[in-house]
Amino acid sequence: MSGTFVGMPAFPEAAHEAVNNRTLRGNLRHATHTIRAKREKAVSEVSDWAELREAGKQIKDHTLRHLDRYLVQLEESVVAAGGTVHWAADADEANEIVTKLVQMTGESEVVKVKSMATQEIGLNEALEAEGIRAYETDLAELIVQLGKDRPSHILVPAIHRNRGEIRDIFAREMSEWGRPAPEGLTDTPAELAEAARLHLREKFLRAKVGISGANFMVADTGTLVVVESEGNGRMCLTLPETLISVVGIEKIVPTWQDLEVFLQTLPRSSTAERMNPYTSTWTGTRDGRAGEGDGPQNFHLVLLDNGRSDTLADEVGRQALRCIRCSACLNVCPVYERAGGHAYGSVYPGPIGAILSPQLRGTASEIDASLPYASSLCGACYEVCPVAIDIPEVLVHLRERIVEGGPVVREGNKVVLKPAKGHAAERAAMRAARWAFAHPGALRTGQRLASRTRRLHPRSLPGPGKAWSGTRDLPAVPAEPFRDWWQRTNGGKESGK
Amino acid sequence: MSSRERILGRVRRALADVPSEDTPIERAYLREHGDRSVEETVELLAENLADYRAIVHRCTAADLPATLAGMLAARGAKTVLVPPGLERSWLAEADTEQVPDRVESTPHELDRIDSVVTACAVAVAETGTIVLDGGPDQGRRRITLVPDHHICVVRVPDQVVSSVPQALERLDPARPLTWISGPSATSDIELDRVEGVHGPRTLEVVLVDTQASAEVNS
Ligand code: SF4
Repeated sequence: MSGTFVGMPAFPEAAHEAVNNRTLRGNLRHATHTIRAKREKAVSEVSDWAELREAGKQIKDHTLRHLDRYLVQLEESVVAAGGTVHWAADADEANEIVTKLVQMTGESEVVKVKSMATQEIGLNEALEAEGIRAYETDLAELIVQLGKDRPSHILVPAIHRNRGEIRDIFAREMSEWGRPAPEGLTDTPAELAEAARLHLREKFLRAKVGISGANFMVADTGTLVVVESEGNGRMCLTLPETLISVVGIEKIVPTWQDLEVFLQTLPRSSTAERMNPYTSTWTGTRDGRAGEGDGPQNFHLVLLDNGRSDTLADEVGRQALRCIRCSACLNVCPVYERAGGHAYGSVYPGPIGAILSPQLRGTASEIDASLPYASSLCGACYEVCPVAIDIPEVLVHLRERIVEGGPVVREGNKVVLKPAKGHAAERAAMRAARWAFAHPGALRTGQRLASRTRRLHPRSLPGPGKAWSGTRDLPAVPAEPFRDWWQRTNGGKESGK
Repeated sequence: MSSRERILGRVRRALADVPSEDTPIERAYLREHGDRSVEETVELLAENLADYRAIVHRCTAADLPATLAGMLAARGAKTVLVPPGLERSWLAEADTEQVPDRVESTPHELDRIDSVVTACAVAVAETGTIVLDGGPDQGRRRITLVPDHHICVVRVPDQVVSSVPQALERLDPARPLTWISGPSATSDIELDRVEGVHGPRTLEVVLVDTQASAEVNS
């Protein structure tokens, strides 16, 4: 995985800054609480949610356990449908492949569908260095790109911006990149969306090369799936002559039928809708399959490893690869809500980022070593996860590894991590813990949720506490945090139960 | 060593702990939610489409040409894109100039057309979704994307299924598919929903009653 965001401080410092930014906290709170409530409603409509979640978990686990086989099968299916498959071991290699593919078309600009994988490898910057301009076409990504900013949420990357800020960015920056914002642009969302529509449409209509990721790849048919709302995805996937999709190797599902699970759980978990406005599926090129003259003539699939096979080697941590990037875990996380997405220092923020980034990148940097501590272990993320990733379990596992050291796989090689004693990582970790305790708001919410989810808590301590808890169980978390009991009973004076 | 071999090798080594036998995946989830009559399923489709801000019309097969002509006129559409295999009678009463969907037409040309009329492959009641598979009466994917107004005709009840699993069973993965649930929308600005960022801002769905073909689905 390409490095952390440049100059990124470890989580505690970054979070500290965010916590002091009132606008940011207001925007975040509003957004996460809104989606959270909507998601609950969308999920409650489906009576078999638990069964769908279990099936999703099993399908993904099964795929990961036979990933080599499914990768080969996928490759065969894509090639049979007229596509070309490339393999990229790391970010640099993926960037090189994509740059060459674009250069071969003779074009110097590309339109992009929002994609975590291409953000992860820093593709836009790599293309820019070769004189190729990449236009982000998702509205939120456009806001981030024009604002020379970083994404802060998986689903709504500009969640930290309010309408006034967006208006200013559009008015100031659009002319730099193409069609300027209309005169007298106000901050109503409808007007802002219209400005984006006009600005981007001229790019879509002339684009010769599109770049995307994919939500799913179906091994037995070679089909790729992109789920979106705005139609910018459809524009990028169908109008250009050449389509390049960069996709992590874990995004496979074995069969067409398996989509029936994820097309039900993903929209409800992410945008809290029964179904997102648009889902596109395509198999190979327009000449390699049915549908004459429909869509790109050239299709390239770049299969990206970049730390995923290392993550797969960890028996506890590999479950993070089940993630379908719905972002539900971000919206329920009390730490994310206060710290914001930027504090996590990677394109994967929130609870999933806290377990995914240190596995993809290793824990050598201070920010990566501090990420497993960016949590109150309240368990809310696990409860909402549509593929049942036990995020608290992986967090505890990673903390243990950072403090105690042990064998890990980096770039395919077994290495033994030294314990972090006296090391920058441990200092970072301790500071992260101190940060949580110094922010009563974050802590309180964490504790309340901790009470509700106490059966999910680990029974032994990670790190240096392990020897002690090896022979004892940790005390169970009480049903009500002390702080709440104290308030409810007026300092213990009135008899609380 | 090629990157392909390197990655596959790493994956295989990473999975050394995994036993070769595998338990089958448990699919205990439902094929559809709830117990509905055919009419109720169609009713649910109409409701869910409307809930996602599609405009829903219902008519009989005999009334369809007049209904479509009226919709295009109400919109003031001067030009309408027509897929090659669209039932010719459907637009027989429309005054609007018909533009055929052709491979050669550029995105810029499509951008100047007011409306598009298509059929669909299947519609999903529980989610309020219509699915296009690029068949002759639906045309290329881009024709339902660039113009600002999309009218989609769904033959009920035979093209309506209850659920996502039932829809997938009917679809051919080799075809390029577009699943549409309401018009284009974004919630990227303070989570306020705004319709029509890049796709059509208006989606109208006509549920045309084709009782004659009802036995196909019985
Ligand atoms: S970890 Fe689970 S809840 Fe979080 S983004 Fe991934 S799938 Fe969604």
